[in-house]
Amino acid sequence: MAKTPDEKQFSRRDFLKTTGVATGGIIGGSLLGGLVGFNLDGSSSEEASTSEDTASEETGSGQQQTGGINDNSRVFFSNDTDFDTVSAAMERIFPESESGPGAIELGCAYYLDGQLTGQYGFNSKEYMQGPFAEGLPTQGYQSNLNRRDYFMLGINKLNEEANSRHDANFADLEDGQMDEILTDFESGDVDFGVPAKTATSSYFFTMLRSATIEGAYADPVYRGNRGMAGWKMKKFPGHQMSYIQYSEDDEFHEIEPEPVFGMSH
Amino acid sequence: MVTTLDKVDVVTVGVGWTGGIIAAEASKEGLTVVGLERGKNYETSDYQHVHDELKYSIRYELMQDVSKDTLTFRNEPDQQALPMRQLGSFLMGDGLGGAGKHWNGMVNRFLPCDFEVESMTEEKYGEEKLEKDKGYHWQNWGITYDELEPYYTKIEKTMGVSGEDKGTNPFWGERSEDFPTPPLLKTPILKLFEEGAKSLGLHPFMLPSANLSEKYENPDGETINQCQYCAFCERFACEYDAKATPDVTVIKTAQKSDNFTLRLHSNVTEIIKDEDDDSKVTGVKFTDTVTGEEFIQPAEIVALTSYVFNNYKLLAVSDIGEQYDPETEEGTLGKNYSYQLHSGATGFFEEKKFNTFMGAGALGMALDDYNGDNFDHTDLDFIHGGLIDQLQMGARPILNNTVKGDTASWGEQFKEESIKYYTQSLSIGGMAGTSPHKNNYLDLSTDYNDIYGKPLVQMTFNFHDQDYARFEFLNNRCEEIMTAMGADSVEVKPTPENYDIVPYQFTHNAGGTIMGADPESSVVNNWLQHWDRDNLFAVSAGSYAHMSGYNATLTVGALAYRCAEGIIEYSKSPGRLES
Repeated sequence: MAKTPDEKQFSRRDFLKTTGVATGGIIGGSLLGGLVGFNLDGSSSEEASTSEDTASEETGSGQQQTGGINDNSRVFFSNDTDFDTVSAAMERIFPESESGPGAIELGCAYYLDGQLTGQYGFNSKEYMQGPFAEGLPTQGYQSNLNRRDYFMLGINKLNEEANSRHDANFADLEDGQMDEILTDFESGDVDFGVPAKTATSSYFFTMLRSATIEGAYADPVYRGNRGMAGWKMKKFPGHQMSYIQYSEDDEFHEIEPEPVFGMSH
Repeated sequence: MVTTLDKVDVVTVGVGWTGGIIAAEASKEGLTVVGLERGKNYETSDYQHVHDELKYSIRYELMQDVSKDTLTFRNEPDQQALPMRQLGSFLMGDGLGGAGKHWNGMVNRFLPCDFEVESMTEEKYGEEKLEKDKGYHWQNWGITYDELEPYYTKIEKTMGVSGEDKGTNPFWGERSEDFPTPPLLKTPILKLFEEGAKSLGLHPFMLPSANLSEKYENPDGETINQCQYCAFCERFACEYDAKATPDVTVIKTAQKSDNFTLRLHSNVTEIIKDEDDDSKVTGVKFTDTVTGEEFIQPAEIVALTSYVFNNYKLLAVSDIGEQYDPETEEGTLGKNYSYQLHSGATGFFEEKKFNTFMGAGALGMALDDYNGDNFDHTDLDFIHGGLIDQLQMGARPILNNTVKGDTASWGEQFKEESIKYYTQSLSIGGMAGTSPHKNNYLDLSTDYNDIYGKPLVQMTFNFHDQDYARFEFLNNRCEEIMTAMGADSVEVKPTPENYDIVPYQFTHNAGGTIMGADPESSVVNNWLQHWDRDNLFAVSAGSYAHMSGYNATLTVGALAYRCAEGIIEYSKSPGRLES
């Protein structure tokens, strides 16, 4: 059952009434946030607004403007071949299918590009002091590399494997050829030429898979999940103020998703 | 240079549930209290954009920064322990309110048989059932359920716990009062569990919840709002103040008193022992994490109120008490570290869609028929058991990608199935504590330090035979219930080979600074008073002699109220507190 705008209004008012919360902060952030919009270049939401349908159609071409920055802007991957390699690998992990778009259309590689420039890329909230030793699988990440370096090592290796097996770049391979290489990565069968305590192909694959899923389903503010198409496929409504009015209903509710910063308004 | 501050009556190390409770109660009694909190403050207005799965749930916005302090880990005493470089298996909180800020709010009391597990097992099944010869360390807590009951009632009132009438679950220990607020809404998913469980003759009940069913004012005058079932609870903070957390309850209460001073960004590195009196401590040393300056906070009473590992660590680095040694099984500090091993069954529904994306942190139904000693263990290879529950916390898309066991973890089939079963599968869990074992303990790393130069805590932990037997037993019970719920196919959780610190399990760490009836077997007495140092108290889930088959926080809160009473008593007549 699709939620109508009237129901939405009701639920928000109802929430305020039932809880008695009257903090301006909450209203300003989560309700008005949706109306005011959030744009990286500070322009008004009206200038930047597009209908969701248009957005999801046009992002596929990579030319859509979102909040003033171009959809194919990047800050981490300086080299097109590297970016195309990781994009192609992510698409095999989360391909376009009957349900909807795959990793490329969802912008998963752009998501990763942004992540690698910050806390995640530098492992800055993680314990990175030595000595480093190869651990048991139960002991988790023990590499001396941060994720920026680990990803580049793995991406370069994907391309090397493609060239040595098929004399072509990874992104230019057939789907089956890419899957074969990724399967070997996953099982740890590809030699990275460094000690296992530094990096393995299987751990690289684990990180690549996680990043792909995050890129498909994280809030669009992180540049993946374009047009909220990941959420729409999964019937996840994103950021909603409240479900209290639906919680006891037997029927399934299909609710139009909302991003945290109300970008679609 | 170290600056010595003015002496106060009580200093708490950490300001979450336990520090907040002690600060609130002691300051009401006219004691001066300083709360040293190493993290920052968060306001409700900081949560305007909290419905962000990546930031809070995946990147751990509200969790401890393990670049500064973490622990090392190994499965067995003969292995090399290596740092837990990233968070995974459990999530320690950060900042004012601690882990109480991001918790889900499931609040079950432990069972009467938890507190007297050793004597009750021996009486009912004989001493051999405890399997002491196989290294198991079951022991009584030095307190009974009845003695703790008034404190359970107190913490439930502080939180405003929402739950069913006290007669609903026949396995609950006797309750002096009903829950302060009625239970949360019973959703179709929960009703399905209820019907399935009842068809098997079991006794389902609505989980007591600290996400409140209605607006509530607690006895201290603090208000908690009505939960909106927004589905962003665990790992998040509540933007509605509808989850009982320390900062909207006890810390607020403490802050109303002029006797309480909160000091943020203050990381305690050492407890200072009294040079002239080996039964006392004189205060704590801490570092201002903003400026790097060091201070000494002298106090009549020191209360260790941080998370399990840090409470252990401060005792260990300050050389207070005797470190446990697994070879000789002597020493008590670090002993009986315990955790949980969760069973479970997932049901796949080919035709039915559920509103899995709606929910609340503690929205669920559960049953105790296979918990504690609520069923006969005569022919079983384990004691104790676990709570079986169907939760509806609100499934978010990054972390919920359920597929059938034989499906690959990536590719087209994975994508299609994970999308389908996001709304067409349900999982029930069996939450069991691990048996305390001689090889499960905490000590200090000799290889790795925190940023203050103190050694990291070293955890040695693995599952043992009793844990696996309990796991498989509960897996089978979960499978029966899920089948009765009408799933088209059911899969149980695979048995893990070893404890793995990587995937998230539960933030239900326990033991290491355990309470008990005598100094030979425990670190603190049943007032949470240290056996060696009369004016030193330590309260956390580290006080548990074993981890039960429930969530950890409510019992921590009850013990903190008990501890606060002990501290007030001590302030009137210093010395050993009688149990």
